[in-house]
Amino acid sequence: MWQLIRTTVLLFAAMTFLTGILYPLAVTGLAQTLLPWQANGSLIKINEGKTASELVGQPFREPRHFWGRPSATMPVAYNGASSIGSNLGPSNPALKEVVQKRIASLLAIDRGNRLTIPVDLVTASGSGLDPHISPAAAFYQVPRVAKARNIDDRKVADLVRTHIRNRQFGILGEPTVHVLYLNMALDAMR
Amino acid sequence: MTANGILQIALYFIVLIAAAVPLGRYMARVYSGEPVFLSRLAGHMERWIYRFCRINGAQEMTWKTYAGGLFLFNLAGIITLYLLQRLQGFLPLNPHGFPAVPPDLAFNTAVSFVTNTNWQAYGGETTMSFFTQMTGLAVQNFASAASGMAVLMAFIRGVKRTLSQTIGNVWVDLTRSVIYILLPLSLIMALLLVSQGVVQTLESPARVQLLENTMDEGGHTVSGQEIPLGPAASQVAIKQLGTNGGGFFNANSAHPLENPTPLSNFMEMLAILLIPAALCITFGRMLKDSKQGWALLAAMMVILIPLLGVCLFNEQAGNISFWQMNIDQTASSLQSGGNMEGKEVRLGVANSALWAIVTTAASNGSVNAMHDSFTPLGGLAPLLLMQLGEIIFGGVGSGLYGMLMFVLITVFVAGLMVGRTPEYLGKKIEAFEVKMASLVILIPATVVLIGTAIAVVINPGLVGISNAGPHGFSELLYAFSSAANNNGSAFAGLNANTIFYNATLGCSMLIGRFCLMIPVLAAAGSLARKKHVPAGAGTLPTHTPLFVLFLVAVIMLVGALTFIPALALGPIAEHLTWIR
Repeated sequence: MWQLIRTTVLLFAAMTFLTGILYPLAVTGLAQTLLPWQANGSLIKINEGKTASELVGQPFREPRHFWGRPSATMPVAYNGASSIGSNLGPSNPALKEVVQKRIASLLAIDRGNRLTIPVDLVTASGSGLDPHISPAAAFYQVPRVAKARNIDDRKVADLVRTHIRNRQFGILGEPTVHVLYLNMALDAMR
Repeated sequence: MTANGILQIALYFIVLIAAAVPLGRYMARVYSGEPVFLSRLAGHMERWIYRFCRINGAQEMTWKTYAGGLFLFNLAGIITLYLLQRLQGFLPLNPHGFPAVPPDLAFNTAVSFVTNTNWQAYGGETTMSFFTQMTGLAVQNFASAASGMAVLMAFIRGVKRTLSQTIGNVWVDLTRSVIYILLPLSLIMALLLVSQGVVQTLESPARVQLLENTMDEGGHTVSGQEIPLGPAASQVAIKQLGTNGGGFFNANSAHPLENPTPLSNFMEMLAILLIPAALCITFGRMLKDSKQGWALLAAMMVILIPLLGVCLFNEQAGNISFWQMNIDQTASSLQSGGNMEGKEVRLGVANSALWAIVTTAASNGSVNAMHDSFTPLGGLAPLLLMQLGEIIFGGVGSGLYGMLMFVLITVFVAGLMVGRTPEYLGKKIEAFEVKMASLVILIPATVVLIGTAIAVVINPGLVGISNAGPHGFSELLYAFSSAANNNGSAFAGLNANTIFYNATLGCSMLIGRFCLMIPVLAAAGSLARKKHVPAGAGTLPTHTPLFVLFLVAVIMLVGALTFIPALALGPIAEHLTWIR
């Protein structure tokens, strides 16, 4: 019995050292040497000397910007410090209510838009930090953004088209539009 | 269901099998003590560990000593992990300055990670220091996976040996599982994940700026954003490979820093089923009868594929409540459509449904979409996969030994039908083995049903519910199904961080893990003592399509009889009221 306990303690210590210290430090060392940009959050330069992360979405509420997915994080949308989805059940009346509110706020700045709204634009993402919208959701917003910026619809639509990222290797995932990159390009126009 | 969705799913299963076969053969050599290409490097490490721990690798153990060692090793894990959480305020690598985790939550989390469940009643980025994540949680990701694999190996030896009192050496099985299999695979996986953007650093979170200022709930202007960092990739790699599932961040693999691209998603999904599938091959190899392994793999696929179909179809169909609104949920070349609440655009519906199915088939429990927001029938499929006992692939090791218990029951039932003593792989299956197998099947089912029943009748149970009506019942049923079967995924709307849930779910996890390991090891000990009976004319072959179908029928019958009443009150009732 005592021998069993001694072996347990020693093996547990050895395993903790190996998998809890050596392994993560080895991965950290390799990652920081070989892939430092990715390992540190994929930070990019955006306008006016600001930085952002390419992978973490940002909130947009102005008519002149494309909006991203609704976010359920608290106390502010796209709170990087506390990822969460809404976890509302599909039949929950609260979900219906919040989706109706989202539709209303989209239409409030885009009166007269009779197109059906792509579902990803009115539903919260799983992480609350989704950096993408579907191409459909981007095209839906084109008339509004063009109007708010006083430029031609077609110019904005062309910009959206150049920002559609196809499936990875043509197969994996879904086509996406990166909201932050699209808005940066929009701000840089003219 | 879109054509591309089906293509992605087909590709997934092809790559899975293609990778599982060589890995399965490799593991068979490792556990048989034969030389492998890693022997030079890992062999040194292995000998160093044996010297340091004064282990005699050649020493054989009875099933009781084996179980005792394993139990002590896991107990050491629970105690250490509990203390690490309670003391993290005084320990290094705590850039956020998180205080001690409260006792009930620390108990729940310690049990959760040691039992390979990884139920998380906390949010990773808001609760745990890097030190706790690395030296506590990640260590248990390895240790709990190795424990499951060790028990499986003991059982295989029980079947293989004749007239033997012993079933192997627990320390050797644990050590080999970690250093020949889990560590090398995790190292490769972690670096591949970093290449896609999963973070790996010991630095404090980064502060970045917003392109457009925003307002928080209190009306204050917010111009910055925190980008959470940490040693995530190293932990995500093993949480996927070891069927652990505990996320580094709260949103688990829906989080863009934990699962940034469709490729990382594909690799993480592959890692969920890789070792459980490969162990079927290992099983066949070690018994020198590959068909036995393929038969088990086939039975798993026969159950998994239709349930995947149910989930995918319902998620792609979208949310009926949105039909009267001006919302477009149809799939097209410009959007994946479907039920997008709780899902990420880059992954879409097909990858979210596939993940939900494989993570609950295996006892992984990581998520890349919020299961609580799935459609009623889309959520029923993952729920049922857990309730079947986590044997459709299941946890690493534990899934296959659970499946083998069902095999014993199946040959027993078949034996009753034709009036012969049942045999499996040359061993007579007698009353003792059938009793042990029955325990393995009955215990988690009992815990699920009684736990849910208690939670729905008392106030501390009911206050955790976040969605009213039948969906609220589903939240409770899902929680106990997940805990007692050591899965760890959740209908996460349930507020489970209360003393009631931390205690009851913690106990469910303990029972669901160790009260199954002991009967399995006892059966292994009993089988090892028996002599080999050569197959005769009356022996039921256990590798034929007929047997596979019979096995599937037994599994589904047991699952259906046990859980249909409960499922009728939850997801089925919700579906029926919803489509009205």
